Amino acid sequence: MTTELALFYAFAAVTVGAALGVITVKNTVHAALLLVLTFFSCACLWLLLRAEFLAIVLVLVYVGAVMVLFLFVVMMLDIKTDSLREGFARYLPVAAVVAGIMLAQMLALIGWNAMLQVPAPESDGATLAGVGNTEWLGRALFTDYILPFEVAAVILTVAIVAAIALTLRRRPGVRHQDPSRQVLVRKEDRLRVVKVATEGKEAGK
Amino acid sequence: MLTWNELLPLVPETFLLGATLLLLIVDLFVSQQRRGLTHFLAIVILVLTAILTARPHPEAQQAFGGMFIRDGFADLLKLGILVTAIAVFVYAKPYLKPRGLFQGEFYVLCLTGVLGMMLMVSAGNLIMIYLGLALLALSSYALVALNRDSPQSSESAMKYFVLGALASGMLLYGMSMLYGATGTLDLSRIHGAAEIARHDQRMLLLFGLVFVVVGLAFKFGAAPFHMWLPDVYQGSPTAVTLFIASAPKIAAFGMAWRLLEGGLASLASDWQGMLAVLALLSLAIGNLVAIAQTNLKRMLAYSTISHVGFLLLGLLAGTKEGYAAAMFYALTYAITTAAAFGMIVLLSRADFEAEEIDDFKGLNQRNGWYAGMMLMVMASLAGVPIWVGFIAKLAVLQAAVPEFLWLAIAGGVFAVIGSFYYLRVIKVMYFDPPASPDPLVVPADVPFRFVLSANSLLLLGLGIASGPLWAWCLAVVPS
Repeated sequence: MTTELALFYAFAAVTVGAALGVITVKNTVHAALLLVLTFFSCACLWLLLRAEFLAIVLVLVYVGAVMVLFLFVVMMLDIKTDSLREGFARYLPVAAVVAGIMLAQMLALIGWNAMLQVPAPESDGATLAGVGNTEWLGRALFTDYILPFEVAAVILTVAIVAAIALTLRRRPGVRHQDPSRQVLVRKEDRLRVVKVATEGKEAGK
Repeated sequence: MLTWNELLPLVPETFLLGATLLLLIVDLFVSQQRRGLTHFLAIVILVLTAILTARPHPEAQQAFGGMFIRDGFADLLKLGILVTAIAVFVYAKPYLKPRGLFQGEFYVLCLTGVLGMMLMVSAGNLIMIYLGLALLALSSYALVALNRDSPQSSESAMKYFVLGALASGMLLYGMSMLYGATGTLDLSRIHGAAEIARHDQRMLLLFGLVFVVVGLAFKFGAAPFHMWLPDVYQGSPTAVTLFIASAPKIAAFGMAWRLLEGGLASLASDWQGMLAVLALLSLAIGNLVAIAQTNLKRMLAYSTISHVGFLLLGLLAGTKEGYAAAMFYALTYAITTAAAFGMIVLLSRADFEAEEIDDFKGLNQRNGWYAGMMLMVMASLAGVPIWVGFIAKLAVLQAAVPEFLWLAIAGGVFAVIGSFYYLRVIKVMYFDPPASPDPLVVPADVPFRFVLSANSLLLLGLGIASGPLWAWCLAVVPS
């Protein structure tokens, strides 16, 4: 067994174990942290495949940005998980049977042997071209795959428009500040000068 | 290196995208009182895109190394999508206005959905099919949830999103298997590789095909993958139901044709069997369950399921006539269903949704003209002769007869059963006493009234003179 294979099995075991943990642990913060571990060991697996760009992007984007936001949300919202996992134990046997049958069907159809015989690619496109993975990916993305790349950008734009359309609205009955009205306030609106007869004058009479 | 010539086939899509983004910015500076400007501009954008799409070109063109295909097939479907979308915008306005939903976002999201559909029917690559679908789906999810104050709308958006994501997952999984078996994402190259596939590769292709068909069935709303359809139709605002019920069916047909005929034609004997099961179940469930519905939107949802069954009949025939018949069916169904939901908008008022079949009681006494128009729509959906629905049903049944006689007979039987619930609406309109004797308050919007009447009359006109459209469908399907 080469070191690479040993590392693969180690990282794969961590990935599967952590992913199982995400859906079984009780504490939501622990679940989110286990998801971070899942992503991280996935990134290690990709590194073993010499896809260093994807591995680093996974860590930067998912672990660095998405999961941190996720943790914020989980910590801020007091989610009661007990009600969410009410049916978990009840449906588990049925789900396990269905999943088991599907796995058996897939194996029967494709064949166990075919799965073992899948040849590992000796060299990928990047090695053939004699450039690094990142450079090769960048070239492919901006030449052959420029149209899908642009369409993906449009999808992200739609996501922004949709997110704003769905969340930006005036709810009746919510107290909020309106800075432009606060700035425009005049002295007369807030300050009232009241003439009050003084004690001294009365005493003088 | 990219050349301008290579970008030419993409001119309509590029224009639509640029104009939509411009509209998004222009809309910011339009006050709520003058929101009609956004409405007007959105329709102008669609009309100009249609003109750009219709401009003649000699033969099929490809762009970006086969990622994008512009041929007669794509052009006709795109024109169908654009014309339906224009009708949707006209019908939506009187519904959106009194409900505080008359916002630029509705138009922008619809336009991006149209862009997604146009990319889907022109895709020559698995990635482009998926991205087009994702663009359409994302816009649709947001549109369904647009009415934030309605819990029903949020619930149906959630259902739509979860099930839609599941369907996309299935489709992607199938696509990854196709890629694994052939080593390419390009549909024409998959076609070539599938023809010479070895036995074990063929098994892998079949495995992928199953998931692709399941994903397609989800998107079509074919039984037994139809669960989301009635809830989403009923829960979303009628203007949005109008949009997601009409044009996307044309796009789903285009996507199915590109995948099944364009990429996996050599597996036709396998997917024909799968589609036959889907078609039979859709016909049975759609027609039988629709009878029990009292809500018109739900009834139309089950009617959609049964119509998808008919459409699949044409698709599974696997012949040139079959594809042309399915195409004719998709195009005419889209404009018919747009008119049907337009009628629901017609009867709705600010504080009242005319969703129940009972709301149509005695419509003839309240407004004879629009009762006549509703009669046209229902007759066409039922497939009564001289209306276009009859021609479309006849064409798909004819296409299915040679190879799938039993299925064609079942289709005929279910068409007869299905006509019951359409005729019931007509009976309710003409023979039941109205709930209130007051004449119908028709929206003052002149374009709305004009387009709704023209659309309904078109169903009759196309039924009498179906020749040109049928010939066009037949001409653009490659033999």
